[in-house]
Amino acid sequence: MVTGKRQRIVVVGHGMVGHRFAQAAVERGLTETHDVLVVGEEPRAAYDRVALTSWFGHPDGAEGLSLLPGGEYDDPRVRLVLDSVVTEVDRDARTVTVVSPPSAAGDLLADPGAVTVHEYDVLVLATGAAPFVPPVEGRGKAGCFVYRTIEDLEAIRTASETATSGVVIGGGLLGLEAANALVQLGLDTHVVEMAPRLMPVQLDAAAGSTLVRHVERLGVKVHTGVVTEEILGDEQVTGVRLADREIETQVVVFSAGIRPRDALARECDLEVAPRGGVLVDEQCRTSDPHVFAIGECAAPGGTMYGLVAPGYAMAEVVVDALLDGPGTFTGADMSTKLKLLGVDVASFGDAFAATDGALELTYSDAVAGIYKKLVVSEDGTRLLGGILVGDASAYGVLRPMVSSGIALPDNPEQLILPASSGVQLGMPDEAQVCSCNDVTKADILHAVAEQGCEDVAAVKQCTRAGSTCGSCVATVKNIIEDHFASVGKVVDKGLCEHFRLTRQELFDVVAVHGYRRFDDIVEAHGTGRGCDICKPAIASILASQTSTHILEPATAELQDTNDKYLGNIQRNGTYSVVPRIPGGEITPEKLIVIGEVARDFGLYTKITGGQRIDLFGARMEQLPVIWKRLVDAGFESGHAYGKSLRTVKSCVGSTWCRYGVQDSVGLAIALELRYRGLRSPHKLKGGVSGCARECAEARGKDFGVIATEKGWNLYVGGNGGATPAHARLLAGDLDTATLVAYLDRFLMYYVRTADRLQRTSTWIDQLEGGLDRVREVVVEDSLGLGAELEAEMARHVGGYEDEWRATLEDPSKLERFVSFVNAPGTPDPTIAFTTERDQIQPIAPALIPVGAPA
Amino acid sequence: MTSLTWTAVCPLDAIPLEGGVAALVDGSAVAVFRTHDGAVFAIGNVDPFSGASVLSRGIVGNRGDAPVVSSPMYKQAFDLRTGQCLDDDSVRVPTYEVSVVDGVVHVGGAG
Ligand code: SRM
Ligand SMILES: Cc1cc2nc3c(=O)[nH]c(=O)nc-3n(C[C@H](O)[C@H](O)[C@H](O)COP(=O)(O)OP(=O)(O)OC[C@H]3O[C@@H](n4cnc5c(N)ncnc54)[C@H](O)[C@@H]3O)c2cc1C
Ligand code: SF4
Ligand code: FES
Repeated sequence: MVTGKRQRIVVVGHGMVGHRFAQAAVERGLTETHDVLVVGEEPRAAYDRVALTSWFGHPDGAEGLSLLPGGEYDDPRVRLVLDSVVTEVDRDARTVTVVSPPSAAGDLLADPGAVTVHEYDVLVLATGAAPFVPPVEGRGKAGCFVYRTIEDLEAIRTASETATSGVVIGGGLLGLEAANALVQLGLDTHVVEMAPRLMPVQLDAAAGSTLVRHVERLGVKVHTGVVTEEILGDEQVTGVRLADREIETQVVVFSAGIRPRDALARECDLEVAPRGGVLVDEQCRTSDPHVFAIGECAAPGGTMYGLVAPGYAMAEVVVDALLDGPGTFTGADMSTKLKLLGVDVASFGDAFAATDGALELTYSDAVAGIYKKLVVSEDGTRLLGGILVGDASAYGVLRPMVSSGIALPDNPEQLILPASSGVQLGMPDEAQVCSCNDVTKADILHAVAEQGCEDVAAVKQCTRAGSTCGSCVATVKNIIEDHFASVGKVVDKGLCEHFRLTRQELFDVVAVHGYRRFDDIVEAHGTGRGCDICKPAIASILASQTSTHILEPATAELQDTNDKYLGNIQRNGTYSVVPRIPGGEITPEKLIVIGEVARDFGLYTKITGGQRIDLFGARMEQLPVIWKRLVDAGFESGHAYGKSLRTVKSCVGSTWCRYGVQDSVGLAIALELRYRGLRSPHKLKGGVSGCARECAEARGKDFGVIATEKGWNLYVGGNGGATPAHARLLAGDLDTATLVAYLDRFLMYYVRTADRLQRTSTWIDQLEGGLDRVREVVVEDSLGLGAELEAEMARHVGGYEDEWRATLEDPSKLERFVSFVNAPGTPDPTIAFTTERDQIQPIAPALIPVGAPA
Repeated sequence: MTSLTWTAVCPLDAIPLEGGVAALVDGSAVAVFRTHDGAVFAIGNVDPFSGASVLSRGIVGNRGDAPVVSSPMYKQAFDLRTGQCLDDDSVRVPTYEVSVVDGVVHVGGAG
């Protein structure tokens, strides 16, 4: 290459992969020697196409999906021209022709609109793929759509407003995504698939029919093994004619596969693969050494990859090649695990038993809608691939077994049978368990036996196993549990003797069945009458899923004493009263009220570590009268008692502090009011600091926000206590709306999936994939759950009411607050106080000598 | 059998199902519970581990065959039939006889 002169790179296409290329070019210093011009056809910068469906529920629409929110790269040497199409490549002259509407050209290109020509030294094709629309008669009618861009979704949404029914043609991955969208838009939804089953590329017949049952339960009608013959209607679609029936519909979405967009390459005579896609070598170079192709338009070695991860890998390879690095792309793992319409589906390795002599082991439970298949080698020693539908929890253990070639246990069916917790993996000590960090089984056993690690989180800290991609966490967990089982220590993951389920499993069971009463839950899924472990856990799950008062008859007796009396019990049986003081901000009038109440009831007062005031020593029967005084003065419960949001601590921020860059007090108050009352697996605390000096100690909280010049940085997973943890960065420079959306998702994801009494830091550590997983779900919305989580939070926020006020207003809830049922006027004689530093202090009750014969 | 004083304490349905109330019987605090099957039990209200008069505020459930209440203070379970602490063999709280007459709960002497 010519040195001295800056080289010009032209990238065609600003989709996910074109964007990754530009990003990597900046990050890896390629722009020090190269100028980059990116030309994109769509009207907006690259966005997360993988999460396209979540656009329907996203609070900030397209902005929320954007991969380049400002629309500009942080490097002036990268220029992005949108709404413009590359129409021609002249390989001899090394130029491209770009057609732009006048508005898109702006001052970036001197010519006001129309046609411009740009020279390149390196051309990168990243034109992606286009949906394939089969040649069905009538496919051009109004009401026919594809499912690829935000514009497609906008059009589908508009059409749905006046429609009642929708048909998706194609029952593959993307077709089911589209069906999901139509269901969300309230249409009576049909899926038509030519193949005899859904997802024919990933699933076999039995898996496909299991999936059909799940999908039909959601109201989608599935028609498989049938060809679409005609789209009916004059100009506007009115129906779809199949071989043997007609479906009335106003909306048709074609999702019958994708075709690489290789037209530009064909027109300038670059080689293309027989099945389409620009043919490239291991460095992603086309038959012209000045031209590269990456992403879905490329066919490395003749194969195109319809997934984003291989495209990203190709983008990195080309940046590497231009930096004279050694990187190559030699194929990608096409394993998939996803949640479709809420159903777990995974397909990995040789899922169809194509290997010579391969054997299949299957497990299916038609009632529960579970199908699992393992493909093993002829001699039964190695796992080759598999399919999981309805329960993909084993994916984390199984997939690494395929790639590492670990020997299968003697009874491999154990791997897919339900409750396969005690699986003996028969793994030799030297087997590598975590490939990201090169940790062997022996290393893990050493950490458990010699270094005192008792759980995944500890082993992760000690050995780094599971701290990168997270796919080995399930195996690590099994090894730890097997070890404890072998030394006779019982590890039961169930909640208690009444439930064999974990909290997360219970949460899902309650959500799926819509239970509202402990009795129904214990009858269907447990035994006996419960205890102080499962009852509060279920009360918390019910509180998270409904917005009913915790002292309603159905749940009152499930509550732990603090929740039952809406205060914290103290050592002598009295309670403390903590009114909410959002963000720690309080008016003098309210301070005076707290002082008066404390004085009038003789309570001990103390400023807490949570920026508010605690009043101690209230007798149970006094609680309602005390609350009344406080509620009348505008206070509400501060939930110091609940496993729920406590406080959002603030620093004084930009209002007063000379260093502050944002209004931290305002945000802390808004967040505390938004999340107040949210019942969670453990208590939750937040903090907001007005600048990087961090006076609010936000990073010591479950969620911490620190102001930046551009917005807010969001940190998660911090706490104090016995095992302090510093919160880690989840996302940076957010505007307030995005921050709140991410927090909504983060908190709901935690509420849904954490174990009982697990703070956010331990939850994140034990999650497969750790913080990266959280980022995928919360920021990248890889599960497509974002909208759902936000909707749940919106329900919580909308349903909030002050628990103290609601109790005061309901005489039946007040009945509980008497000292003695037969002598309501008599105070508990065991409670007595002395005075210390001018305030009351409890006198330890005369203890019945513990240990004395009764 | 010596004569026993029965104290009428409250209507049966004043005790929540799988919950408890505190009653004053002969100057002592007694915790009266109703289990899921409708049975009524009475034990001393004072939690021997903290000395606080709070057992009636515990969560009612079962441990194996035993109907239990767990102390709201430090969570030890007590067998409602015998008062025996199931987490510490050496600890027991007093039990009281109960009878329900015409829908009213009566508590008798310590058993
Ligand atoms: C009152 C207060 C101490 C004080 O006088 O300042 C306090 C008091 C209690 N703390 Fe705390 N904590 C208080 C601030 C803190 C803080 C500081 C903070 O929030 O900035 C921490 C460390 C930060 C954190 O939580 O990460 C803290 C870490 C704990 C822990 C350890 C949590 C952990 O994850 O390891 C517990 C134990 C638990 O929750 O299981 C605990 C538990 C308790 C309990 C609820 C123990 C109990 O069950 O009786 C105490 C009863 C409070 C009451 O009766 O009202 N308290 N506690 C503070 C109340 C704050 C508030 O306004 O709500
Ligand atoms: C609904 C949906 C769900 C998906 N789910 C997943 C998933 O779960 N997992 C997964 O791995 N993948 C998924 N995918 C696939 C994933 O989105 C693609 O693999 C990825 O977007 C490919 O990136 P790309 O840059 O190659 O193509 P694209 O993102 O399509 O970008 C190509 C861009 O080039 C532009 N362009 C084309 N020709 C020209 C031209 N001549 N001039 C200028 N610009 C041009 C196009 O307009 C487009 O903006 C999904 C796709 C869809 C539609
Ligand atoms: S964190 Fe920054 S803005 Fe807040 S009080 Fe400290 S120095 Fe001031
Ligand atoms: S394999 Fe262990 S973290 Fe990736």
